[in-house]
Amino acid sequence: MLGNFAPSSVELLRFSPELVLTAAGSLLMMLDPLFGKKSPKLFGHISVAAFLLAIFASVQANAVSGRAFSNLLIVDGFATYFRILVLTIGVFAVLSSYLYLDREAADTPEYHSLLLFSVAGQCLMVAANDLIMIFLGLEISSIASYVLAGYLRNDRRNNESALKYFLLGSFATGFLLYGVSIIYGVTGTTKLDEIRTALAVPGASTAVVAVAAALMLVGLGFKVSAAPFQVWAPDVYQGAPAPVSAFMATAPKAAAFAIFLRIFVTDFGKIGSAWEPLIWISALLSMTIGNFAALTQTNIKRMLAYSSIAHAGYLLVAIAARSEIGTAAAMFYLAAYALMNIGAFAVVIHIAGKGERHLQITDLAGLGQRQPLTAALLTVFVLSLIGVPLTGGFFGKFYIFRSALESHLVWLAVLGLLNSAVAAYYYLRLLVVMYMYEPGEAADSLEPLSPGLGLALVLPAIGTFVLGILPGSVLSFATVGAALIK
Amino acid sequence: MNLLDLVIAIPALGFLVALIMPRAMENFIRLLALGFSLVAFVVSLGLVSGFQNGQAGLQFVSNWIWIANPEIRYHVGIDGLSLWLIILSTFLTPIAILLSWKYVQHRIKEFYAFLLLLEFGLVGVFAAWDLFLFYTFWEVVLVPMYFLIGIWGHERRIYATVKFFLYTMVGSVLMLAAIIFLYTQAHTFDYGEILSQLGSGRIALDHGTETLLFLAFFLAFAIKVPLFPLHTWLPDAHVEAPTAGSVMLASVMLKMGTYGLVRFCLPMFPTAAKENAPWIVILAIIGIVVGALVAMVQPNMKKLVAYSSVSHLGFVVLGIFSFTQVGLDGAVYQMLNHGISTGALFLLVGFLYERQHSLEIKDYGGVATVAPWLSILFLITTLASIGLPTLNNFVGEFLVLQGAAQANFSWAVFAAFGVILSACYMLWMYQRVFFGALAHSVKHHVTDLSPREWACAVPLVVLMVWMGMYSQTFLPVVSEANARILERTSKAGLMKMNPHIAANTGSAVGGGNVHAR
Repeated sequence: MLGNFAPSSVELLRFSPELVLTAAGSLLMMLDPLFGKKSPKLFGHISVAAFLLAIFASVQANAVSGRAFSNLLIVDGFATYFRILVLTIGVFAVLSSYLYLDREAADTPEYHSLLLFSVAGQCLMVAANDLIMIFLGLEISSIASYVLAGYLRNDRRNNESALKYFLLGSFATGFLLYGVSIIYGVTGTTKLDEIRTALAVPGASTAVVAVAAALMLVGLGFKVSAAPFQVWAPDVYQGAPAPVSAFMATAPKAAAFAIFLRIFVTDFGKIGSAWEPLIWISALLSMTIGNFAALTQTNIKRMLAYSSIAHAGYLLVAIAARSEIGTAAAMFYLAAYALMNIGAFAVVIHIAGKGERHLQITDLAGLGQRQPLTAALLTVFVLSLIGVPLTGGFFGKFYIFRSALESHLVWLAVLGLLNSAVAAYYYLRLLVVMYMYEPGEAADSLEPLSPGLGLALVLPAIGTFVLGILPGSVLSFATVGAALIK
Repeated sequence: MNLLDLVIAIPALGFLVALIMPRAMENFIRLLALGFSLVAFVVSLGLVSGFQNGQAGLQFVSNWIWIANPEIRYHVGIDGLSLWLIILSTFLTPIAILLSWKYVQHRIKEFYAFLLLLEFGLVGVFAAWDLFLFYTFWEVVLVPMYFLIGIWGHERRIYATVKFFLYTMVGSVLMLAAIIFLYTQAHTFDYGEILSQLGSGRIALDHGTETLLFLAFFLAFAIKVPLFPLHTWLPDAHVEAPTAGSVMLASVMLKMGTYGLVRFCLPMFPTAAKENAPWIVILAIIGIVVGALVAMVQPNMKKLVAYSSVSHLGFVVLGIFSFTQVGLDGAVYQMLNHGISTGALFLLVGFLYERQHSLEIKDYGGVATVAPWLSILFLITTLASIGLPTLNNFVGEFLVLQGAAQANFSWAVFAAFGVILSACYMLWMYQRVFFGALAHSVKHHVTDLSPREWACAVPLVVLMVWMGMYSQTFLPVVSEANARILERTSKAGLMKMNPHIAANTGSAVGGGNVHAR
């Protein structure tokens, strides 16, 4: 019997990204006593190397795509797309953390290993073919993020953030689990493809399945910070260390959207007409609440938190479209969103200073005169967030609203586009302050751009332009991936 | 790569080169920007000499796949409608660069880079033949202008520039929705393809859908024009913008709106355009009269010229929605005229501002005695602007009024008030600024034109006379393009005109004059 469970080498290869990350994370912990105080930067270098190696491993795994471990995992184009996405976010998260950890004199080893574990969890989530595996990945990712949110344990804001994130996060996971258990009760399995087959049988109890879908929607809604489950996001993002906020706003969200798509498109596709109105409402609420609340914010992190709620709304529009194009649009948008958000947060980290003193929007004053390059890069990200053509944000938005119109969600598309005009107002304020105000105290105490942060700014900016001007290859990758989850 | 691609590429290249220049090389950056814009202008003259009038379809076409799926093409080309608007853009950019030589003294590199980016966007808007590409250029124009006003403008620049951006943005997102909707029907962004599908009935839009699509495009263009009552961003933007920004804004950017109406609204949605023409024309006439009346009471020269733009652009919209050949020809000619004469007004007002640092009319007086040449050029421009025969605006306004009279005589009567009023406010301003007692500060600050300023102003004045005396240089190609557009609207109008719609239109117009011709 044992022989049946021993994984084959191909299966291990399909699982290699997670293996690389976990091994690297453990390695960092072992190296901690040796180099922890002597060379804090070493741990960052190792984790960048691990992320890059894991990206390579994902590509290799995709070459031998298929299932692994008795059908618990499914490595396909969809999974690979998201794996590469969260791993790339991981690289940028590390790059933007060097300066921050140094400034706050924080321990680096645990920080980087937690980051590696969190991304390992996300890689597992996106490649899972089983609700239990999804749950495992989600928990690995979440628990590491809870700790990261409170990483500076003497900082009160960090503690508040971690506690809120933990309490609400576990509460939401409860909903998800409840949904999973109902599905298991109805179908007798937790495998996504088997559930699909079981639900396809005529006479399957649709009402109970709908309840399960609704419960899972609540749980996932929390994870992606979609309205009306968004209340935690601004507090948590504001309180957490800035690089962690950047990470939380992108990687866990991308992974959560991946399983959102996989579960709802694969399993609940048949009862789509039942959940589409819920998503429709949630999308509209997220866009509207996110954008209108962002209008009044004075703290940059809080503003970006509300903006990320609005962006979750745009992504839900794509899910509401219930089509392959919609799935591909959501996938593409997640990549564009990750790049522009990482970049914007990198600027926040740069200007924040020790103890994150400078977090007001007005602290950007005069950046255009003092550091034109940084200001220009932030301009790229802001224009992408607004959705100006030739940036990834625009093409992503265009693609999402195209999928909505193809699915005849005309009003949702129109309301969404009008929302993006509202959003222009608060994003523009960043540009106004940066270029049209005279330099203030924050600009005067600004240090030159550090190399790590510089990379975390320049590379996403290049990526934003690539996605905006030559989106072809990423788009076809996403389209192929989207076609696989049916 | 043909000439048109070059005209689009040169400013873009100039923008990139200016960006990587070291900040300290200020004079070199100025020369560089001027060089790039002059080369673009010279190359664009090649478009004029190579343009074959009478040849059907687009010329200087360049058509490449930009993004494979969904298929988005870099498809550009020009007809008689785009030709002169492109020349207008390339002609005014070097002037805008030259006039800023002394005016702009800080963040020089960004300033010239943005002017070149603006030129790139403008030329692209007038050349794009793919709706996605058109939208891209349309939005690209927004960004440099936003910064030009916001960084180098006057006191209330931030309010003005944000207002400008948001107004345009609201209009353009709805246009984007309409563009994507058309794509879902036609499965292409190629404008020619969409037109032929609409014409052949392969895309059948029901009446309500066509009206909504028309309105989505119309709103975006009407905000840009700007049509009364959407014009309130314009005076703010103009007053606060630096001179170069005002010139580019008034002369070329506003034409994006009227160009869009002629290029897209009329041919794609002829039925809806005709049905909605009555109230649009009424708004245009209100704009003509109200703009002129408001201009009359302005204490600020730039604001006065800005409101006069609202009035003049009302003529353009009136001409477009008269659906007559003369009216449309006049409208397009008036777009060019307004670009030249209002551009010149902003330029000369800018010269005054550089001397005296005030835009208030009351701070001036007797300028003619200390700066006679400046006064003469200003006078010619003023006379052109009020439509004196032999100068350019006369031709355009006359044609528009003729077209309006053909469509509905009362339209012409009301619109003609605008011509009379424009004489009042312009001449009154001229009198207060240039004649009368010599103000003390004027005596100390105001000097006559420098050679550089001559170089900026003279080409514009020469064109005013040329366009007024010999419109044959410009009008035939415009007429040709307009005839095609009108042919399309009348044909499609007949084809789609079912009794139900006809009855509706008839009652709305009060006799159906629009269709009577």
